[in-house]
Amino acid sequence: MNLQLPPVGLEHYLFLAGVLFSISVAGIFLNRKNVILLLMCIELMLLAVNFNFVAFSHWLGNLDGQVFVFFILTVAAAEAAIGLAILVVLFRERRTINVEELDTMRG
Amino acid sequence: MFTTVLFYLFAAVLVGAAVGVVVARNPVHSALFLVLAFFNSAALWLLLQAEFLAIALVLVYVGAVMVLFLFVVMMLDVNVAALREGFARHAPLGLVVAGLMVVEMFQVLWVRRLGEPALLAHAQPAAVEAGVSNTKALGTLLYTQYAYPFQLAAVVLLIAIVAAIALTMRKRPGLKLQDVSKQVAVTKADRLRIIKVEAEKRP
Repeated sequence: MNLQLPPVGLEHYLFLAGVLFSISVAGIFLNRKNVILLLMCIELMLLAVNFNFVAFSHWLGNLDGQVFVFFILTVAAAEAAIGLAILVVLFRERRTINVEELDTMRG
Repeated sequence: MFTTVLFYLFAAVLVGAAVGVVVARNPVHSALFLVLAFFNSAALWLLLQAEFLAIALVLVYVGAVMVLFLFVVMMLDVNVAALREGFARHAPLGLVVAGLMVVEMFQVLWVRRLGEPALLAHAQPAAVEAGVSNTKALGTLLYTQYAYPFQLAAVVLLIAIVAAIALTMRKRPGLKLQDVSKQVAVTKADRLRIIKVEAEKRP
């Protein structure tokens, strides 16, 4: 059996990143009550965006994209830390992380 | 050929893990699926010759961020059933939106491929300079051209540390703590009292 697969091109990676991003968008729709799941889906979205940067950086031979991914990773780590801290404080005050019950600031 | 097989393998596991994150019943399972997704992304980035970022992804995300997520998920006593009650109701809308986005992005890629075949149609990746590792090249760039953004990133991380600690620190009632400044500022008059004691008389 002589199976020949075409070589993996840039568009394969871009399509993979698109699929990943769409899955996380669907996750935000599906788990819209659970703040922890929302944060995880945001992490997944950032990963999908990073895929585009790394793929283009590889195919264009330009390292600037990887530097940008480095900064995105930094900001995402900071975002996760602060988001989880807010979540812990929220749970301590309200004993819930259900988004629909967190409407104290509604006018 | 071998890298193609590897790409499809890692991509399939990555997409499966992402679906697992979304549909898992238990948030702990979601977090573990996310760890799997990050591992597979790191492997794919290795295929793209982004070695430093792949290792950084494993260290920073799997080692720190996901452990933080697991810690919080396990610490909070969450009623999972109440949080999942709208799942089936929102599923059609979410699937339609996700499918629409996949189709649109595929069409964008398709049009780009027709219009500009130079970049997309099986373009050869740019040649890597011989003898320079990815980490070294990235470090050179980061410490010269991107020195100021690099320091700004450090400041962002510092602010995140301060914010996270300031948010979650609390004073428990009844907790006995030392007040160091009070201890240091104490004077002799506060502590020492000299009393004249009558000498005992021999009976």
